[in-house]
Amino acid sequence: MDVKSMKNYLYWLYCQFELITCSYLMEPWEKLLFYTFNITMLLMVLYTAYIFVPVHISTAFQFFLHLIGNQHENTVSIVK
Amino acid sequence: INHIVHNGGLYKRPFNEAFEETPMLVAVLTYVGYGVLTLFGYLRDFMRQWKIEKCQNATEREEQKDFVPLYQDFENFYNRNLYMRIRDSWNRPICSVPGAKVDMMERVSHDYNWTFTYTGRVVKDIINMGSYNYLGFAQKAGTCQEAAAEVLSHYGAGVCSTRQEMGNLDKHEELEKLVARFLGVESAMAYGMGFATNSMNIPALVGKGCLILSDELNHASLVLGARLSGATIRIFKHNNMQSLEKLLKDAIVHGQPRTRRPWKKILILVEGIYSMEGSIVRLPEVIALKKKYKSYLYLDEAHSIGALGPSGRGVVEYFGLSPEDVDVMMGTFTKSFGAAGGYIGGKKELIDYLRTYSHSAVYATSLSPPVVEQIITSMKCIMGEDGTTVGKARVQQLAENTRYFRRRLKEMGFIIYGNEDSPVVPLMLYMPAKIGAFGREMLKRNIGVVVVGFPATPIIESRARFCLSAAHTKEMLDTALKEINEVGDLLQLKYSRHRLVPLLDRPFDETTYEETED
Repeated sequence: MDVKSMKNYLYWLYCQFELITCSYLMEPWEKLLFYTFNITMLLMVLYTAYIFVPVHISTAFQFFLHLIGNQHENTVSIVK
Repeated sequence: INHIVHNGGLYKRPFNEAFEETPMLVAVLTYVGYGVLTLFGYLRDFMRQWKIEKCQNATEREEQKDFVPLYQDFENFYNRNLYMRIRDSWNRPICSVPGAKVDMMERVSHDYNWTFTYTGRVVKDIINMGSYNYLGFAQKAGTCQEAAAEVLSHYGAGVCSTRQEMGNLDKHEELEKLVARFLGVESAMAYGMGFATNSMNIPALVGKGCLILSDELNHASLVLGARLSGATIRIFKHNNMQSLEKLLKDAIVHGQPRTRRPWKKILILVEGIYSMEGSIVRLPEVIALKKKYKSYLYLDEAHSIGALGPSGRGVVEYFGLSPEDVDVMMGTFTKSFGAAGGYIGGKKELIDYLRTYSHSAVYATSLSPPVVEQIITSMKCIMGEDGTTVGKARVQQLAENTRYFRRRLKEMGFIIYGNEDSPVVPLMLYMPAKIGAFGREMLKRNIGVVVVGFPATPIIESRARFCLSAAHTKEMLDTALKEINEVGDLLQLKYSRHRLVPLLDRPFDETTYEETED
């Protein structure tokens, strides 16, 4: 069953995360604190990305377009 | 990996030692883990200080709070915040003879390892991969036990005196003659405790105005003995002969630091097998250097006596050298002989001097008679003098077990330190959570292992140390290897990037060049 092996794999990945960050050794309230902090940070990063990344990309795109368009106009004027 | 013709033909057999480098990602993640634990350690210390949490570790009394703080250094911080979390992997109480299989008392902790309670259940037949039982003499039945029981009924258990007063039994004389014959030296002397042999006899041999050159990773007993003697101590890199030669040259050329007088004595302290690394000393080169620069050699064969060499006579026989080249041969009876105590062997003048001037001979109680009988019987068994081939079979079984176990672990992909022939097998774990997880998971699968962490090893190089025994049968090793494989997959411990080619069926001839593939 693919779902079962997928769930096992995800559980194994969670165990690796626990071992690497040493939350395997923490008491339950410490784990709660640690995970809350981590998830809060992650959510804040994702939210910031959601808000700002489209604006930054479109600004950058416009800037480059402007740069190329200006150059094209300049070359056209010299030839004329 | 040294080829045979390296070093001018000093080595009669290939010397294969490898210490694979820590993978960069693993090192970074280990530091991340320690960083998280340190932050939580600070948080817990803060809570303990402000009485939000009950303080269960040792603290100073209220009146002493204004004095110099006792528990503020890193060792104590590590102890209460990191060691306590994984403490259940150490000090496990066993309740049977520590042979190939051992019984252990089960214990649980309800307050995260600050206190333990016994459930009353005894876990039986745990495969013991942690005891220094190299030749399997830790038995409760057999010739050694019968002989020891008889001596116990004849002499009793206590000696109640030191060697120089009334504690010199005829058993001790017999033992010392036997040890001298076993090692191939003129004379030997036995002491009650292996640690005390080192720490009490080095001060008798060297003093102020002498130089001690000691290996980086020497045991605490050697370090303590060197410090107590008052001689100048210089450290050379682990098993690194260029470093040793440079120190010897500097010592001979420059002499003592202020007065420039020549050193009275230069003593090189090395061990046969280093128990944390599993490496074997480069004895032929050390002896060549010792002869060239006219210094003395003190060889601590605690782990290698009985465990190396075709007939178990230790690292000197392993390299095919003469025991007369080593000035002071020290060893212990704790590991391969299944008893307790230590010995020093060497020239007759040296041992006679030690009988008079050693602190251990003057002040420490001598060996207990049943223990002496155990050593005598096991040593005779190894030498073959009891009329059977049991000893030889055990030595060969240990060598086979060593090669098989190390080979299989390397094929599985673990990072194993040390020499191919050493029965001490360190398996690298690196991350702090995996130290605790490995110990617990292996115990769940009925295998007892020893895991080692910070003060005994560098902080990121924590390891699990397996000690092989001649009492381990191939089935036990296979079971252990299967479980280690499983736990290695579960905890992802297979860090090695060199994949060893599985054992070839054809012999190793000129057409096979590479044994490892990267």
